[in-house]
Amino acid sequence: MSGPIKSLDEALACIADGAMLVVPREVSGVPMAATRALIRRGVKRLHLVALPTSSLQADLLIGAGCIDTLETSAVSLGEFGPAPRFSAAVISGTIKMKDATCPALHAALQASEKGVPFMPLRGLIGSDVLKHRDDWKVIDSPFGNDDPIVLLPAIKPDVALIHAPMADAQGNVWIGRQRELATMAHAATRTVVTVDKIHDGNLLGDPLLAAGTLPGFYVESIAIANRGAWPLGLPDHYGVDAEHLALYARMAATAEGFAEYLDRYVYERRAA
Amino acid sequence: MNAAPRDFRSEELLADVIARLIGDVRHVAVGNASPIPATAALLARERGHGRPYVSLLGSPKNTFWTDGARELFDCAGQGRIDVFFLSGGQIDGHGNVNLVSTGDYAYPKVRFPGSFGSAYLYYVVPKVILFRTEHSRRTLVPKVDFISAPGTNAPNVFRPGGPIALITNRCLFGFAQGRFTLDSVHPGHTVDEVIEHTGFEFERTAAVPQTPPPSPETLKLMREVVAPQLAEVYPQFAAQVFGITLPLSAGTASG
Repeated sequence: MSGPIKSLDEALACIADGAMLVVPREVSGVPMAATRALIRRGVKRLHLVALPTSSLQADLLIGAGCIDTLETSAVSLGEFGPAPRFSAAVISGTIKMKDATCPALHAALQASEKGVPFMPLRGLIGSDVLKHRDDWKVIDSPFGNDDPIVLLPAIKPDVALIHAPMADAQGNVWIGRQRELATMAHAATRTVVTVDKIHDGNLLGDPLLAAGTLPGFYVESIAIANRGAWPLGLPDHYGVDAEHLALYARMAATAEGFAEYLDRYVYERRAA
Repeated sequence: MNAAPRDFRSEELLADVIARLIGDVRHVAVGNASPIPATAALLARERGHGRPYVSLLGSPKNTFWTDGARELFDCAGQGRIDVFFLSGGQIDGHGNVNLVSTGDYAYPKVRFPGSFGSAYLYYVVPKVILFRTEHSRRTLVPKVDFISAPGTNAPNVFRPGGPIALITNRCLFGFAQGRFTLDSVHPGHTVDEVIEHTGFEFERTAAVPQTPPPSPETLKLMREVVAPQLAEVYPQFAAQVFGITLPLSAGTASG
């Protein structure tokens, strides 16, 4: 195949060991098929930025030993309970945790989007989130009078990895109203996308679709992964597989159960 | 104290109290997995004939944001959100909330999911209502182990928002000048019980009133008008508390 559309493993090849990888929150279009492929490939030492939170994706990558540093505002399985591999890894100190708050991650990616070195943000002062972040600074606002404000350095990920409903042959990707996917792509050096399907025609040619389209200009490679967010949902398209997430929560509660989950659902390719 | 037979559930009492705390405002936002605050916000909207505007996060049908997840925070930063709800693994007597971990941060005993948007929204939303149904010395502590978001700040820190109240399964605390005051005790609970199960010091008057039970009109509105709306977002909660079951297609919206 030529152009941006590649096989899943080819598309993921630019995600090197040690890369800073940004991924979206659990409801925005999480590339789960790609995540399983990365685990199968044995990716190591990722600096994962989950914008601004994560669920199954971060938990799986942590449990499979792919993460060195995790930068996010929360990891949880929501109604299915705590994220067990995340909690175990933080308690045992096997990952480096950079605790954040949701708008700080949005703002730090927006700084990269604009090509500026930092963004200011309200809040945070007096919080231990700030206290444990040596990379965040407090200044007196140059436009105020005794007005302390936090500055956040830009986050410039090596790769943004997202899942979306569809793309066209030119590499344009329809993300709909999940605009944070565009912020991620604008901020990252490269963007890898998996999609449920290929759209026949040019997404930018239709004004209704163009407004929700991430232009192919930002996109390095695209792979087709039908229902590639499974077992998470894809907003406005399909819901979560609640039964599977409940099964995951039960199995991942222990290291042995988690290893069995990997054997059954990650290393063994799911039948299409 | 022996409680009189009640014709309402504790979820209905809490929602009624929260709806009163919301008051007359323009916009209430409710976080994920918060069915009781969501009930309260929808009840306030029914009583106000469409005001306040209610945003239920996690429900695409009940949020207007089209500019990505950051729009919520940008809205709040501009003062376009008047009421929000926060909880905590630990909450202390100064209104500090901990959503991160217990023990030493570097070597935690228990790890919670994380701070989410609290380290920002607690500062910029004028009325933050703390909500923690489990009222125990485990959750209401003298001092939190990690401050996800502080209850108060030095006067020079920009802070138009902060906590106004803490509601639990036993009582309602008000919050002002960095301290909680026991405003009322829910029917079936006592002041002594509240003291016994609260890890922090709080103010109280000699005679603490009982939390007024929801009126028959409120219960009717909640059960007949609010519950069906709630069922679209929280089908399990609506079925369990209100006995409302929607046709399958309506209750399984994606998102």
